[in-house]
Amino acid sequence: MISKQFLITGMIMAIIGMVMSSLFRLQLGWQGESFWILNFLLGDKWAPDGILDPNMYLALVTIHGTIMVFFLLTGGLSGTFANLLLPLQIGARDMASGFINMLSYWFFLGSSVVMIASLFVETGPASGGWTVYPPLSALPQAMPGSGLGMTLWLVSMSLFIVSSLLGGLNYVVTVINLRTKGMTMTRLPLSVWALFITAVLGVLSFPVLFSAALLLIFDRSFGTAFYLSDIHIAGEVMERTGGSPILYEHLFWFLGHPEVYIVLLPALGITSEVIATNSRKPIFGYRAMIGSILAIAFLSFIVWGHHMFMTGMNPFLGAVFTFTTLLIAIPSAVKAFNYITTLWKGNVRFTPAMLFAIGMVSTFISGGVTGIILADSALDINIHDTYFVVAHFHIVMGLSAVLAMFAGVYHWFPKMYGRLMNRKLGYAHFWVTFVCAYGVFFPQHFLGLAGVPRRYYSNSEFPMFDDLVSINELVSIFAIVGAIAQFIFMFNFFYSIFRGPKSSANPWGSNTLEWTTPVEHVHGNWPGALPVVHRWAYDYSKPGKDQDFVPQTVPLEEGELDGGAGH
Amino acid sequence: MITFLIILSIVLAVLAVGQLMRVFEATSKLKGEVSPLPTDAENKYQAKMMLVFLFGYFSFFVWLVARYGEFLLPESASEHGIVLDNLLDFNWYIIILVFVITHVYLFYFPFKYVFNKDRKAYYYTHSNKLELLWTTVPAIFLSVIIVYGLSAWVDITMDETPKDAISIELYPKQFDWTARYAGVDSTLGNSNYNMISTSNPLGVITPASLAQKIAEIEAEIAEFESELSLAPEGGLKQEELTELIAKRNRQREKVKSFEALEGLNRGNDDILVKSEFLIPINREVAFEFRSRDVIHSAYMPHFRAQMNCVPGMVTEFHFKPIITTDQMREKTQNPEFDYILLCNKICGAAHYNMQMTIKVVEEEEYNKWLAEQATFNDGFTVSDETATTEEKSESNEISMIELK
Repeated sequence: MISKQFLITGMIMAIIGMVMSSLFRLQLGWQGESFWILNFLLGDKWAPDGILDPNMYLALVTIHGTIMVFFLLTGGLSGTFANLLLPLQIGARDMASGFINMLSYWFFLGSSVVMIASLFVETGPASGGWTVYPPLSALPQAMPGSGLGMTLWLVSMSLFIVSSLLGGLNYVVTVINLRTKGMTMTRLPLSVWALFITAVLGVLSFPVLFSAALLLIFDRSFGTAFYLSDIHIAGEVMERTGGSPILYEHLFWFLGHPEVYIVLLPALGITSEVIATNSRKPIFGYRAMIGSILAIAFLSFIVWGHHMFMTGMNPFLGAVFTFTTLLIAIPSAVKAFNYITTLWKGNVRFTPAMLFAIGMVSTFISGGVTGIILADSALDINIHDTYFVVAHFHIVMGLSAVLAMFAGVYHWFPKMYGRLMNRKLGYAHFWVTFVCAYGVFFPQHFLGLAGVPRRYYSNSEFPMFDDLVSINELVSIFAIVGAIAQFIFMFNFFYSIFRGPKSSANPWGSNTLEWTTPVEHVHGNWPGALPVVHRWAYDYSKPGKDQDFVPQTVPLEEGELDGGAGH
Repeated sequence: MITFLIILSIVLAVLAVGQLMRVFEATSKLKGEVSPLPTDAENKYQAKMMLVFLFGYFSFFVWLVARYGEFLLPESASEHGIVLDNLLDFNWYIIILVFVITHVYLFYFPFKYVFNKDRKAYYYTHSNKLELLWTTVPAIFLSVIIVYGLSAWVDITMDETPKDAISIELYPKQFDWTARYAGVDSTLGNSNYNMISTSNPLGVITPASLAQKIAEIEAEIAEFESELSLAPEGGLKQEELTELIAKRNRQREKVKSFEALEGLNRGNDDILVKSEFLIPINREVAFEFRSRDVIHSAYMPHFRAQMNCVPGMVTEFHFKPIITTDQMREKTQNPEFDYILLCNKICGAAHYNMQMTIKVVEEEEYNKWLAEQATFNDGFTVSDETATTEEKSESNEISMIELK
């Protein structure tokens, strides 16, 4: 139930974030032109005569980023699938603490409400970029968005962190303590592994973001100077001095980088499940997959400085971060190769979930390889903060996670609602989304290589960017078509909840435990005793079996080896 | 009215789709049980789509390169930029190779191994050999990339700035840039944010600017005091003014303490310019960056140079330009080509329009141009006695901006 609450809250937030991106894409694609929809949605103050106000542009960019990263891909993704899959896939009656779980949802909802409320304050919502670097975000004199809107942003994020920590602790405890008999750590499905490590990452890194936010609240409201120094603004000398904005950047990115993997690991976990199930083939290199999840998680804590090569940080430190960052490419490459090998000689069924999972591997690779360029501190000099970065992280993190989330929804919809989603609409949704997604972000690499900085309201002030106007138009068209295509999904989703055809207990022929529960949800998940696990989760197409899958609850035959045990 | 019509048509469209779905549902019920799994025809169709997409994706890539390749940045106008461009190309070869190979397999395998109920998938759980192969091969490639990349990084950022380098400070505020040259003595004068005034936008500390700033603060204090005497007793206004006076007094003490600094005259010959600055070809230019208000970033894409400007810190970057503006105009066949400095860290509403033109010229021309510029001290001696404080500051600013 909580998983559905997270999913639907996340979906509503995602629609808001997506509409915002369409609005600023209107400005970027057709700069300075008038659109009645802008005026209709934003009013005369923020879009006089239908032309977007530069402050509102920054606000839209900021809140779009915040919503997508935190509310959709952290809260929405982990919240949905951890609450759904953890108890069901490890054979538990429920999460370790139902109460903490409930709190984590209500804090999430409260935080969403505060974030949305901040859109309606007179000076506009926070607009210093989703990273809200001080002093810009600390001083209301610096921009209107740093007034009440920023205060609400910080309140909302604090609530969000509380929600995330409560949820995360609960997930960790659940996986460690509530596995059913026979469910050893090396028999866990990769989705559980991924969600488990994600929760550990969140528990370790979100408190640091909380401290960053707390110090920022102090600087804003209580006259401290943790992040402020030597500032002369609005014609006045600021007496508070001695702090450093770089401190904030360090604290922020100490969360910020693990956050990328908080978003990505569940996506990889979901993809592993969907690809193995629909290839009717064991996931290739199960142990290596766990190893790479662990390696990525560990490395994610020692790479945050690659966001800060150009801050004036000691170049030696930059060199260290370059080294650690590029190391992440190794476990990531292992994962990508293992997915491809899983497809090799499989028996591939193209369910919509499978299409999204294949799409996810594609974006993971396409976005991942450009990370090699960005991780190189020397190359970062010239592409830092350009559209190249925008293209990179939207593809590798945004698209991968969103596609995997769709894969997860299509795949586990029968588990959630006992009904099937419409397949034809699923196919249409996938292809339009996938093509538009690349159509939006792939050309942005070229903008970045031409030196176009991100977060620019307009490029028309620079004649050198005039030749690139048509790229922006192309991107905007793809963005808007892609956004509209999401209504196919929304329709399919809500329609199928009520009127979709009834599903059987195990529609995809899966091995994992969640498909051994009855279609109609019962309290405690299994009506009788808890299932006992005898084998790993990936005995698909095992030789000598009648069916092309062997559920985890089927005992090993005499002399049969368990695939997960390293044989 | 238009709004109403649009909402109405959306509602009608939703209703129409809903009805269609019902019809669809009814017909599929007639056909019998709905299978959750794709039919053979659907599998085959989607398998083909894999290849179609693969082809389309690569074509899109090629088309983008062909269509927009020429609009990317022209060849590097700085010495270290050539190293970076080569490094980038080297990275591209590896990356594009990996990208193409993995994508071919990623989309070809699902096509080739599309579902067939008479066939069983190959039960292949792992292969230590294969996994070792694709751990070590990326590791080797990455070591090369790391070593190559870091050697470039160390060369660019960690070497000593040559002694004969030209010192220039780039100073941003919301929303413009000022460049400050070190002048005859090749040393930038001291500066402090407490010294900032309309006539001294960078807060340079020289004997003249100190005297003027102290006078300015004292004039302000006097003004506040006279206002204070008129303010009602115990009111908010009184409190506010008392606080302001105390603040100005503290600032005056700070400013006075600068009188003890060494080398106060170093700033006299500094030169401040706006909107455009010149640098000579083939000379190392050492930039220093400060910021008046929020974080900005000095981005000079043609020189492959960038550094954040952080309040409370001095950051540095140096490079050697090797192509003059005129030469670049010929190379790009664009008579209007100019090098630019732009702001690349979100800094507020006009972030998108915070620029300065950079002109790279022959050393002779540079020297001639520099000699024509007014020095910082000129701005003070001109109007010291003639103007009142306010007029003076205005005329000073104008003289510094216009005289270039």
